[in-house]
Amino acid sequence: MTERLTEKSWTPDQPMVSIKDVHKSFGKLEVLKGITFDVMKGEVICVIGPSGSGKSTLIRCVNALNNIDKGSIKVEGQEVNDPKLDKLELRKKVGMVFQQYNLFPHKTALENVMMAPIHVLKKDKAEVEAHARALVKKVRLEGKESNYPGELSGGQQQRVAIARSLAMDPDVMLFDEVTAALDPETVKEVLFTIRDLAEDGMTCMLVTHEMGFARELANHIYFTDRGVIVEHGPPKSFFKEAKDPRTQEFLSQIL
Amino acid sequence: MNARAAIPGIAAPANTDLPVLAPAAARLSKNTTRERQEGAWRLELKAWYGFVLFALLLLAIGVAEAQSGGDSDRSLIATLVRWMPVILWINGNGFVLNLLISFFAMAIGTVGGAALGLGQISIYKPVRVICWSVTQFFRNSPWLVLLFAIMLLFPFEVRILGEIYSIPAWMKATIGFSLPVMANLSEVVRGAVQSIDTGQWESSEALAFSRMQQLWMIILPQCFKRMIPPWMNWYAILTMATPLCSIMGVEEAVNLAQQAMAAEDSRPELLAPFYTFLMLVFFIYCYPIARWTIYLERRYTVKN
Repeated sequence: MTERLTEKSWTPDQPMVSIKDVHKSFGKLEVLKGITFDVMKGEVICVIGPSGSGKSTLIRCVNALNNIDKGSIKVEGQEVNDPKLDKLELRKKVGMVFQQYNLFPHKTALENVMMAPIHVLKKDKAEVEAHARALVKKVRLEGKESNYPGELSGGQQQRVAIARSLAMDPDVMLFDEVTAALDPETVKEVLFTIRDLAEDGMTCMLVTHEMGFARELANHIYFTDRGVIVEHGPPKSFFKEAKDPRTQEFLSQIL
Repeated sequence: MNARAAIPGIAAPANTDLPVLAPAAARLSKNTTRERQEGAWRLELKAWYGFVLFALLLLAIGVAEAQSGGDSDRSLIATLVRWMPVILWINGNGFVLNLLISFFAMAIGTVGGAALGLGQISIYKPVRVICWSVTQFFRNSPWLVLLFAIMLLFPFEVRILGEIYSIPAWMKATIGFSLPVMANLSEVVRGAVQSIDTGQWESSEALAFSRMQQLWMIILPQCFKRMIPPWMNWYAILTMATPLCSIMGVEEAVNLAQQAMAAEDSRPELLAPFYTFLMLVFFIYCYPIARWTIYLERRYTVKN
């Protein structure tokens, strides 16, 4: 059914992100060996798995930071692997948050949030600023607007990065191990922020090692190992009834 | 998993997955970054060099004075003082001309170097290759050879709309100096851009900034601070190289000092005081620049 989807015929009841038989190699190293799954609007999915299993690569492919070699990824019916694709248009729809925050160090927290809407979306500055201040408040960073990234803790920087991404009003948010560089104390504040987002109905794809979080929040969990999805399911059954020995081993190490 | 996309023209920094190697990798990448930015040996002038030069000047004068036997008009101090204005500024020649050449060569070199440096990280391969080749050609040619080439290739005069304008030698020298400076500054620009974490490119790309916006709004503003110290370092190197054009008869400080010595019957005892004086003049001008460069370097590396 998703086969014949085009951008024009896409409607919100169809998959927001549709990943089909995706292959990706770096030189001789094949990182993704045929990944297939759909993400519906408002869904939160978590991709878990040992490092080197290709999970980061997979979600980086969704906003074309990596190109795929074979297969198809569609975002709202738009083929990401299309060479004629307007990548800028795609990235306006897909927000991404990185492990290393990657805030712009020469701009204040508020300016970080405001830059893209002003320069990319060409929105009115006053309007953007009001929206940006609301977002900073939403990620619980009121009062930090004029601080530079270097003056903020890791958790605070990551929340600014989330607000910066949200300022573009994306339809899908990608989170690439966003808590992996944080100390346990600050992990929580970032996870709360993501939970707020998920509860507001944002479509989220997370690569994470936070199993408790995945269990609480995800609609669906995908376990990847060596470039394939080994096992998947809703959190309840996934954690209790994992069948594959690789999943069992991974879970026993991490839980 | 370090699955970082290659950003056209931007090499990925040293990455490692092994925690044990992280400190070594960080050190290596820091050193590489510094070397890339400076593109040459670091100019390290110390204050005591100045005192040594001054002591040398006094010693040379003292020894030669004792040898020459007391004729006050031919005394070395009097001779040197008599010629000082000529060597330093009279008629806009002398050391003033060295400075003039250094300013203009630096200005031309900076504009050209910025263009070449940005060309070196262009997404278009032909642009990249051409800019890289030009940079390498001028960076690896001896300054003196470039100077001769420009002096001999450029005409004495040009005819524009029937009027004949002569091109003074110092202008040709300026162009000759600006070429290697341009090439080295091109490397400074490239190095500074490449020293910015690739995460900056990725996150701005993910925010739908265009390549030009990424470069001008995100990357270059972060580079400026990093480029200032090596830029100043190159200015000091250039200034100290300006006497090269004395060979072509440009009447800058060294050329005039030589003429002055010839006018004073080429007395050999003049050599040491005159050249020491020249060294002292250049030192007094370049030393503060070197100090300031080191200060800025420290400031910017700590704060980043």
